[in-house]
Amino acid sequence: MGSEVVFGLLAAVTVAGAVGVITRKNPVHSALLLIATLMSVAGIYVLLEAEFLAAVQVLVYAGGVMVLFLFVIMLVDLAQRGQDAAPARRISKGAVAAGVVLTLLFLCVLLSTFAMEPLGATSAGGEALRAGGGNLGSVALVMFRYYLLPFELASVLLLVAMVGAIVLGRFKL
Amino acid sequence: MITADHLLLLSVVLFSIGVLGVLTRRNAIIIFMSIELMLNAANLNFVAFSRLGRVPDLTGQTFATFIICVAAGEVAIGLAIIIALFRNKETVQVDELNLLRW
Repeated sequence: MGSEVVFGLLAAVTVAGAVGVITRKNPVHSALLLIATLMSVAGIYVLLEAEFLAAVQVLVYAGGVMVLFLFVIMLVDLAQRGQDAAPARRISKGAVAAGVVLTLLFLCVLLSTFAMEPLGATSAGGEALRAGGGNLGSVALVMFRYYLLPFELASVLLLVAMVGAIVLGRFKL
Repeated sequence: MITADHLLLLSVVLFSIGVLGVLTRRNAIIIFMSIELMLNAANLNFVAFSRLGRVPDLTGQTFATFIICVAAGEVAIGLAIIIALFRNKETVQVDELNLLRW
């Protein structure tokens, strides 16, 4: 019973924060609301027993990525404030497109049936999940046993991104 | 009881809000934040299926970790591009960047 209430609260904060992100005029407010959204998504991860991912979400997104966003807003955006009034025609067109996406995805979810293992149930699969020494140990087992090559490729990708960001930021293009 | 449908519907709403943000806002930084919202919606789906699917499996969580990694790289490059853009064009409003428009 408790987890439903917590999930409802977290989902409400997530959606409200996301709506705030795309409606606020001031980009700093958008960034702070995005932090709220990311934090409540991390809470939902905890609810789903994905503690490792929740920690990564808080550290990488709410910590690193959002600090980067705030830095760029401070560097770039101070002179841009108040210029973001999109024409009403464009907003209505965008709303129609997003509404079509929403409806189609809603139909996809509602018309498909997934056999669910409810939270906290003690099935064989759930036990296997909790076996290797908690969530962190289990994720480490899966990641390094079956996904070692993608893991290394991800680190190369991060290196390339770092070099690219430095080059783009440093030289006058 | 939380079922996967609840999580999937939350993810759908989050994704649609992201689409709306990308389509309606003109500030490139806000558009980037909307893209982050969409990536988070995808991550939520991965974790939901990882935990609540017919056969619970940690592959979903592993993939979500990779997505976070790719998103971090994407943000670093994207924000560097925005800064380079601002240096050259003095604006981050996307409809003023029409150099390649025919």
